[in-house]
Amino acid sequence: MSDFRAMFTGFTDFNASEGFFPNINLQEKLNWAEEFVQNVLIPRLPEAVAAHFPVELGTVLVMFAFAGIFVAVVPLLPLVLVLAERKVAARFQNRTGPMRVGPWGTLQTLADGIKLIFKEDFIPPQGDRFLFLLAPYVIFACSFAVFAAIPFGQNILVSDFNIGIFYIMAISSVIVMGVIMAGWSSNSKWSLLGSLRSAAQIVSYEIPLGLSILTVVMLVESLSMTEIVASQSNGIFSWLIFRTPFTFIAFFIFFISAIAEVNRTPFDLPEAESEIVAGFHTEYSGMRFALFFIAEYANMFAVSAIAVTLFLGGWEGALPGYDILGGFPGFVIKTLALVFLMMWLRWTLPRLRVDQLMNLCWKYFIPIAFFNILGTGIWGLIFEEDSVWSIGISCAIIYIGLISAYMIAGRVMAQKPEPQPNSV
Amino acid sequence: MENTQQTESKIIELKPFADEMVVNMGPQHPSTHGVLRLELRLDGEVVREAIPHIGYLHRCFEKHSENLSYPQIIPFTDRMDYVAAMNQNWGFCLAVEKLMAADESKEFEVPERAEYLRVLICELNRIASHLLSFGTYGMDIGAFTPFLYAFRDRERLLLLFEKVCGARLTYNYVRIGGVSEIIPIEPGSIAEQNYLDEIEAFLDYFEPMIDEYNELLTKNSIFTERTTGVAVMSAEMALSYGATGPNLRGSGVDWDLRRDEPYSIYDRFEFDVPVAADVPELGAVVGDCWSRYKIRMDEMKQSVRIVRQILAEGLPDGPVMADLKAVRPPQGEIYFRSEAPRGELGFYIVSDGTPKPVRVKGRSPCFSALSALQELSHGLMVADIIAIIGSIDIVMGEVDR
Repeated sequence: MSDFRAMFTGFTDFNASEGFFPNINLQEKLNWAEEFVQNVLIPRLPEAVAAHFPVELGTVLVMFAFAGIFVAVVPLLPLVLVLAERKVAARFQNRTGPMRVGPWGTLQTLADGIKLIFKEDFIPPQGDRFLFLLAPYVIFACSFAVFAAIPFGQNILVSDFNIGIFYIMAISSVIVMGVIMAGWSSNSKWSLLGSLRSAAQIVSYEIPLGLSILTVVMLVESLSMTEIVASQSNGIFSWLIFRTPFTFIAFFIFFISAIAEVNRTPFDLPEAESEIVAGFHTEYSGMRFALFFIAEYANMFAVSAIAVTLFLGGWEGALPGYDILGGFPGFVIKTLALVFLMMWLRWTLPRLRVDQLMNLCWKYFIPIAFFNILGTGIWGLIFEEDSVWSIGISCAIIYIGLISAYMIAGRVMAQKPEPQPNSV
Repeated sequence: MENTQQTESKIIELKPFADEMVVNMGPQHPSTHGVLRLELRLDGEVVREAIPHIGYLHRCFEKHSENLSYPQIIPFTDRMDYVAAMNQNWGFCLAVEKLMAADESKEFEVPERAEYLRVLICELNRIASHLLSFGTYGMDIGAFTPFLYAFRDRERLLLLFEKVCGARLTYNYVRIGGVSEIIPIEPGSIAEQNYLDEIEAFLDYFEPMIDEYNELLTKNSIFTERTTGVAVMSAEMALSYGATGPNLRGSGVDWDLRRDEPYSIYDRFEFDVPVAADVPELGAVVGDCWSRYKIRMDEMKQSVRIVRQILAEGLPDGPVMADLKAVRPPQGEIYFRSEAPRGELGFYIVSDGTPKPVRVKGRSPCFSALSALQELSHGLMVADIIAIIGSIDIVMGEVDR
């Protein structure tokens, strides 16, 4: 760990120099647990105890307590998201969705969870028993470990790694191991096909994903999630998505690749129901299946949260000095907006084919992502530090780009006649 | 040393497909449209061969028919193509009626009102059938939402069918010599007017919806990527396999029995026969999955046109059933074909003059189209197999009979 720290000290020091953005004192933020003990806990204790209260021990206990709350609360996210997905899907399809369990069906996922716990836990007799049992845990653990590095609010994060985003990339790529294990150990051909598709897909899309993260890291000059957020603290135009035109493109590459990473439509080939039944988790039942399901939704939230942290200001607000879209509620709102976007896409678009998926990644995303890195580097050379000028020019370029893209698209659409077969 | 290397490489060349995986797709599979079983020989994702195995829904329709009187056979035809059961009833009744017409002593004529009702209901049934095809095809390609839109609209049609025959799936509505009178709609009554108004309201709602579906799915770029240029069935191939209906027209052959061999009162209506053409903007070529799919979307519009013409004319007065003492066709045989939503539906009936047929043979359009699958699927990917099955729009009840 110390090696890593040494590697990235240079970056953090550089960022702390006087620039457009204010200094961040990391130490201050990490001492919140101690502050909590000093300012909140001790005044409330009886005087006799308070005088001899071991502050260090208290700090550790408070940290554990908060970590416990975090670990307990985060798995509840998928419960909410599953219900949200069903309700969103229902609204897209002129239905009402689950309505029976609880008011407006709000307890439906709970009921489903209880049902899944009591279901038979089927293990294929011809399969690899050990791997079959292990796979759901690998996926589940990895998708939840990602949450450790996501800053939900100013002080609401489990651990402020100095290599935060690197850690997230590393952990989330282990998920594919679980998928392959599940597919292989099931002794089912559909599972195998699904897991191989998944392996190819996740490994491929990790490249544009990583490259588009790199543009952010180049601008912030740090891998720490808190520092990435802190560098976006000057309102909406300091958000990294608007900082340069290249990060604007990088955001879209990141988001689309993220959809592919979490296997959602139009990239849901590993679990394409109409092609390979249920993909890698065809043979799973009961709670083991539920683990895959929970992990999928946790992943969905995690990648959205990462996208918000990297590009949309994290928990920083839209206006400097005001708490609009800022803090923990702002972060959750922005993340849920991206989650909703994913659901929207899922219930609108068809699915790509394997070769088209690979084409999209290798022929379009990776070259564009490399171009982005080059562009970000040149941008960094021209505008040595972010100023009103650089952000103004960037926003102007983005605006002009969007308008021209819209006009070109409109012209193309106008030229495209209504496809009508010959009628005789 | 060199020699051994050469032999080794030769051995490898001799077994190029050593790592083939044989996968059974179906009979229980989400998108084989029933109980089709495909034996896939896969090389990774690439399909080396797809062999369809049929017969899982074989219910001895033809053998059963030999022990039943003609009117009793009609419910069996419901269960052939259960998605377009009205058209199946009609096809069988048309064949029996033509067989009976050979006997000049027992002359009868299907009443005008019955003919109008038949065309009206069967064209609505064609819309319902194509809607199901559209919805499930979207689902096969991975878009779930169009499926529910299609079923929402199909539901309204099923309610309309329910009002004339009491059933939602197996109608038994078209009878030999007319249509069912189980729920009588008196000519000129308020009930009739309400019913026609209801149909008109549906058409007014549905016609713009077709364009919306085209926007949602037909022109969606992922959808066109998946379906255009995939599994191109040339006109020669379509003809040689006996593909009919939308599959044949999707291959660019201009052939529709309703226009080219008009039966019933189809010659009185104006409608176009959609035939596939290249659509370079979308990359579609004649005979690919997209063309076959698009034909169905266009045919729905034409069916709406036909129904609108009937509504404009109004249903004629009179009975809905011919005055038939008994259904006892003279000795002889008949083959009669009609244009069902899935293509040319033919019935071959041999009669010996008794109330029961000696032999009934159904010519299933789905069976012919499915036989082309093996040739179409060669060298494509697993996902394309699904696209082909959806685009030839098979109903296994009709394939297996």
